[in-house]
Amino acid sequence: MIKSDSKPRQVVRPVITRLLMPYILLFGLYVQFHGDFGPGGGFQAGVIFASGIILYALTFGVARARSLLPPDSLQPLAALGVLLYGAVGVASLFMDGHFLNYSVLSSDPVQGQHLGILLIELGVGITVTAVMVLVFFAFFGRDEEGEV
Amino acid sequence: MIETLIDIVLLTFLAVTAIVIVRIRSLFAVIMLAGIYSLASAGLFVVLDAVDVAFTEAVVGAGISTVLLLGTLALTGEQRKTTSRHGPLIPLAVVTLTGAVLVWGTWDMPLFGDPGAPAHQHVAPRYIQDSPNEVGVPNMVTSVLASYRGFDTLGEVTVIFTAGVGVLALLGFRRRKPRHPEREKP
Repeated sequence: MIKSDSKPRQVVRPVITRLLMPYILLFGLYVQFHGDFGPGGGFQAGVIFASGIILYALTFGVARARSLLPPDSLQPLAALGVLLYGAVGVASLFMDGHFLNYSVLSSDPVQGQHLGILLIELGVGITVTAVMVLVFFAFFGRDEEGEV
Repeated sequence: MIETLIDIVLLTFLAVTAIVIVRIRSLFAVIMLAGIYSLASAGLFVVLDAVDVAFTEAVVGAGISTVLLLGTLALTGEQRKTTSRHGPLIPLAVVTLTGAVLVWGTWDMPLFGDPGAPAHQHVAPRYIQDSPNEVGVPNMVTSVLASYRGFDTLGEVTVIFTAGVGVLALLGFRRRKPRHPEREKP
């Protein structure tokens, strides 16, 4: 279904994908780390990043995308994001604050809020990216399974 | 003025797409139209100044879910099977009644952008007043989602993680070790 490599006629899709991929991933990172200032955040960044990888997989084959991002390493990443989020909450608990009260993370409350938001958004982004790509692989890795 | 025009065009687009989705038989076309529907919704969210929601709708609704549905189509069939045992009158009556009740329900709702709406009276003034000093990030949406409602967002991430675990449990990957070593390519 997605074996574009075997057909030499297909030129437009690989070229456009090569052209767009860096910008999609860069935009994902921008939405991730600029979420404090502009629209966006971890969830949006995660899905944008994952859609870039899915575009790569649709153009160059799921097998290549799987060697780029092996499911075995994506599964721990999906859990890592949630754990990072929870760890920020527990850390603020241990620093004499409430659960997920980032103000205590730094001597300056506003700095603590910035740090906390950055970390939890990173956790959200990691989990969303990993889960989206994993779900895609689970759907599309199947017909390749018979060949590999 | 121009915003009203864009609204009308996009909403007409939504309605037309929805009607075609209901009537068409080919599931491939239905999936493509559902992607177009999501894209038009994303445009509506941009008009409503909810750009981050529009991001999500465009990427997830028009992009990822379209791809996943196409994958599902490859695993199943391409034609819709109709198994309706009654005429179109009963469903039409049910839909009309439900729609009428929903429209009737909106009469009690505050107008769009009404500053006196309950949603703008409860905690919103406190967030708007105190978040520049308390949280200090310029994007107030982020300060609400990530800080004031950090607990909710933690729950949402857990839901996404759980959904991923559920999909992997149902459609998961086989173990790395191949069961039929002779099938491996040379």
